[in-house]
Amino acid sequence: MTNPEQELRRTSLYETHKAAGAKMVPFAGYEMPVQYTGVIEEHRAVREAAGLFDVSHMGEFEARGKEAGAFVHKLVTNNVRKLEVGGVLYAAMCREEGGIVDDLTVYRLGEERYMAVVNAANIEKDWEWMASHHAEDCAFENVSDRIGLLALQGPKAESILGKLIPGGGDLAGIPYYGARYKDVAGCEVLVSRTGYTGEDGFELYCKSADSPVLWDALMSEGGSEGLKPCGLGARDTLRTEMKFALYGNDIDESTHPLEAGLGWVVRYKAGDFIGREKLLALKAEGVKRKLVGFEMVDRGIPRHGAPILIDGDVAGEVTSGTMSPSLGKAIGIGYVPASNAEEGAALEIDIRGKARRAQIVKTPFYKKS
Amino acid sequence: MELPSGLKYSREHEWVRVEGNIAVIGITDFAQSELGDVVYVELPEVGTEVEANNTFGVVESVKAVSDLFAPVSGVVVEANTTLEDQPELVNSEPYEDGWMIRVEMKDDSELSDLLEADSYRAYTEEESG
Repeated sequence: MTNPEQELRRTSLYETHKAAGAKMVPFAGYEMPVQYTGVIEEHRAVREAAGLFDVSHMGEFEARGKEAGAFVHKLVTNNVRKLEVGGVLYAAMCREEGGIVDDLTVYRLGEERYMAVVNAANIEKDWEWMASHHAEDCAFENVSDRIGLLALQGPKAESILGKLIPGGGDLAGIPYYGARYKDVAGCEVLVSRTGYTGEDGFELYCKSADSPVLWDALMSEGGSEGLKPCGLGARDTLRTEMKFALYGNDIDESTHPLEAGLGWVVRYKAGDFIGREKLLALKAEGVKRKLVGFEMVDRGIPRHGAPILIDGDVAGEVTSGTMSPSLGKAIGIGYVPASNAEEGAALEIDIRGKARRAQIVKTPFYKKS
Repeated sequence: MELPSGLKYSREHEWVRVEGNIAVIGITDFAQSELGDVVYVELPEVGTEVEANNTFGVVESVKAVSDLFAPVSGVVVEANTTLEDQPELVNSEPYEDGWMIRVEMKDDSELSDLLEADSYRAYTEEESG
């Protein structure tokens, strides 16, 4: 948890955000932009053109050496052994008992070099957990403070980024969940075709000190294509429309990947990893509850922590909810009993003491037309 | 920040326009700007009794839920149901089509607890540091 007494940290883009008129809020120990011009406008920019986010608060750990791959593989649920150089995968990191320590992406940057990208709020916890399983023949380092991270997301992302790379950079050659080093606006950047919005786009890892140069170059090149700076507010509505899990809201140490809908990143046959045995047992038993997406039928916006009722009884809890700017509807995510998790099932959400009707729907909520 | 003179303002950032014994109530330009995009407004039904400094409804932006506080006591005689479908009026026209409720006042001496435009401006400047 964030200690309120502790001084908030700032990314290298703090002054850039202030100058752009951002409203800054405390988030995971950092002072971060929540919005510039307005959450809905920024959300639409990403769906229709492109948006630029500062996500430098995220944590990066590097593992290098002969055993680096085996070390990371042991810690996460997905198959790191199969990852090729330039490949990226999404995974959960579990305790022995199956609880989720964090969700993360893993990059294979070289034959014997891997990078784990973790949630800002979990940097210390993850570091302790991972370092406690540290293997020999592998250097493990927290490089979070040295790395700046921008997310350029939206249908115009590729054309904007291409203009800043000599010769265009063959961005079309970077597959989804692939990453390549490129010279962008004179900076060395790891260009990763990944994101948290459901749109095509890139996450751009650079030297921390280079992030203002990169930001300014992207903004001045992208302005004519509709690129807008975007804050954490739009990041949250965009990911909620895709039902992408947010650590601390939808998943945490008391949830496991199978009930959270992350079974697709658990690879039992790829070799041992922490939590494997427990997850195999849970799978055999069948999950008791599931994380589902629902739409409100009655008026009201479901918020994190609101009780979910089935036949008048509390059956679960809302983990995320918002007014969806793309759909113009109130949507939510929450855990319900597996026996009541099918599409179309009726729920009620207790919003400020009143039961309001909702219905389980297919997710992602938002689909590209 | 727009602050029409002739209105009364509360420290909870509501405004009141007095029309005889009726108080028209909404939230100020300062409040809507602090909230950001308003996406949901929940107002009391006609006939509901509201009490000064108590909550009478809820306004929600994309990110946050905020209570609405009645600046005066009385009975709700009309609620702006247009806001159900167009909550964004609270942002675009906080003093006109973004009004929220009309209240028949029980005790118009309560109006003297409210601020004039100038002192409300000073108050918001203090609040936002």
